[in-house]
Amino acid sequence: MPKIKVEKLTKIFGPQPQKGLRMLDEGKDNKTIREAGHAVGVADVSFEVEEGELLVVMGLSGSGKSTLIRCLNRLNEPTRGSIFIDDKDITKFDHEALLKLRRNKISMVFQHFALFPHRSVTDNAAYGLEIQGVGVDERRRKAREALDLVGLKGWEDAYPGQLSGGMQQRVGLARALAVEPDIMLMDEAFSALDPLIRRDMQHEMISLQERMKKTIVFITHDLDEALQIGDRIVLMKDGRVVQIGTPEDILNNPANAYVERFVESVDMSRVLTARSVLRRARVVAFAHDGPRTVLHKMDDDNLASLLVVRRDYTLVGTISLEQADKAVKDGAKSIEGYIEQTPSVKADEPLMSIIGILAEWRWSLPVVDEADKVLGVVTRAGVLTALSDSSSETAAGDAGEAPVEAVAPAEAETAASASNQEDKQA
Amino acid sequence: MMFATTVPKFPLAHIVDVALDWTTSHFAFITKALSHGLSAVIDAIVSGLLFVPPWLLIPAIAALGWWAAGRRVAIGTLVGLLFLWDLRLWEPTVQTFTLVLISTLIAVAIGLPLGIAAALNKRTNRIVMPVLDFMQTMPAFVYLIPAIPFFGLGAVSAAVATVIFSTPPAIRLTALGIRQVPADLIEAADAFGSTRWQKLFKVQLPMAVPTIMAGVNQTIMLALSMVVIAAMIGAGGLGGEVWKAIQRLEPGKGFESGIAIVVLAMILDRITQRIGRRNDAKSH
Repeated sequence: MPKIKVEKLTKIFGPQPQKGLRMLDEGKDNKTIREAGHAVGVADVSFEVEEGELLVVMGLSGSGKSTLIRCLNRLNEPTRGSIFIDDKDITKFDHEALLKLRRNKISMVFQHFALFPHRSVTDNAAYGLEIQGVGVDERRRKAREALDLVGLKGWEDAYPGQLSGGMQQRVGLARALAVEPDIMLMDEAFSALDPLIRRDMQHEMISLQERMKKTIVFITHDLDEALQIGDRIVLMKDGRVVQIGTPEDILNNPANAYVERFVESVDMSRVLTARSVLRRARVVAFAHDGPRTVLHKMDDDNLASLLVVRRDYTLVGTISLEQADKAVKDGAKSIEGYIEQTPSVKADEPLMSIIGILAEWRWSLPVVDEADKVLGVVTRAGVLTALSDSSSETAAGDAGEAPVEAVAPAEAETAASASNQEDKQA
Repeated sequence: MMFATTVPKFPLAHIVDVALDWTTSHFAFITKALSHGLSAVIDAIVSGLLFVPPWLLIPAIAALGWWAAGRRVAIGTLVGLLFLWDLRLWEPTVQTFTLVLISTLIAVAIGLPLGIAAALNKRTNRIVMPVLDFMQTMPAFVYLIPAIPFFGLGAVSAAVATVIFSTPPAIRLTALGIRQVPADLIEAADAFGSTRWQKLFKVQLPMAVPTIMAGVNQTIMLALSMVVIAAMIGAGGLGGEVWKAIQRLEPGKGFESGIAIVVLAMILDRITQRIGRRNDAKSH
């Protein structure tokens, strides 16, 4: 059973919505309807959101995405259609039931924060609980827990006016989390923040979601953001749904020219992950190897360094040619003691952040799984090839094919495509 | 000329007089009773304030000013009031202050709920606003005349006329303050399931406080100016002193009382303004 199920939802603004509805049914376009004094907010939209899913609704301004999200808690009254939450049609709710729904089940985060300037940070976060009638001590305690969660410890007594934009939105997030809702509606929640802060918030959002598993409907006009955080994406235009799918679906098979145009502008360094440029580390050194063995391994493949692993392939570090040489001269029995600490990344790390690490680290960067086992390596050359390929292909208008496949040719000779195959399945 | 002689005059004055006569003869017993009660309250406050010796009361008021508005206002209050005492105007000052206090309290008690109603309900707004225009543009003297048959000569009639004259800004600025609350905050309050009353008391009213206080400040200033005019129907106080000076052609005395009114006005203005601003400052 989906957590939220939207069926043929239509919202018409204007003096006589029913008249607008009729025009819509007659197949009139939005412009004609607008000239008749009505505006189409959302037209015949259907989709489902599973429990624990983060669904991004994405579109440009005027695409109806804000209207849509406001129908989900009936800040906008739907003109026609149904919205089922936990199998109950909320469009039929009376005032009491609606208040209960808003208090206990759905909370909302706003683009411009919408914090109450006359209340302290704690009392802002406690607002929802206060409305529910929770006593002052308990609601402040819960509010402080929520503030803790979003990293605002120490700011409980400040006023919103004293905080930066990013911190204000953390308060907004804490206010929404404090009521422990099943569903969170996030209306362009990070759009008013500057790009660096926005990226931080996206990362934090992902890690929060990892822990809390809320059902989230997130609105944005930024495709990069949608791809970054969304489990699935609903693309909207002129109040209608253009495409629904996972980020991969949307990138690989844009439903029409409109989606394609969107996809062209995507920053590939944020979409592609370590997995897409991963290749198998064919030669590794073991921690108990003697220095001569290691030198020999390097010699065979003409390498200046090797990853060092234990027998079960958990990562130990890196040994360089110089160090191995030194070990031989010192007469060491094994290379232990000559191994350098090595940074590592997870397979779903975006290239964006890998570039940063590779700027500092001159050798192959190991990619590891949860148990710290080496899956493969990422090299500077591999990352650069992937990025240049994907950008030239998108420029050629072939966005659909671009991101994942593009990596393959460059890697074909060396890589054992275990990893690439894995990628295709994913 | 032709017009004035051929078209009969619409008997507006006559109609108003008849209507007033009728209401006076039927309802004056209520208003008179009200008048007795209110006048007892006013007398009690005046004699209460006069019972405390000025050398004790003046520093006490200055201390209040310090608490509410800071040191500078406190010093100004102290010096100003001591000066009025020295001018032998303490008693009329207390009378005037009491009248302003009572009128303002009544004006706010009427203005706050009406302002809220006007802000939240379009129909109420459509009815209230033209009435306010009428109340504010009608020359204040005109209220004095009918006040007498209902409330008799003296302080109560003055208070009633003053309330009519000084309520509009309390209503207007309350409504303005509530309407100024940003739409996204209202939306946030709604999104968390606030009822109308929760929204009003937890979001709209607290956020409107600075504007409402500006309205209260305006009300006080208008009340003070009206209280002087009301001296013509025997309200006494500083206005009474001015009125006496006019009748006896004593410009010096008139100036003294005038200065006293200015000092009182400044003290009340500074203190109420600071209260409004202090509330504002907390949130920024």
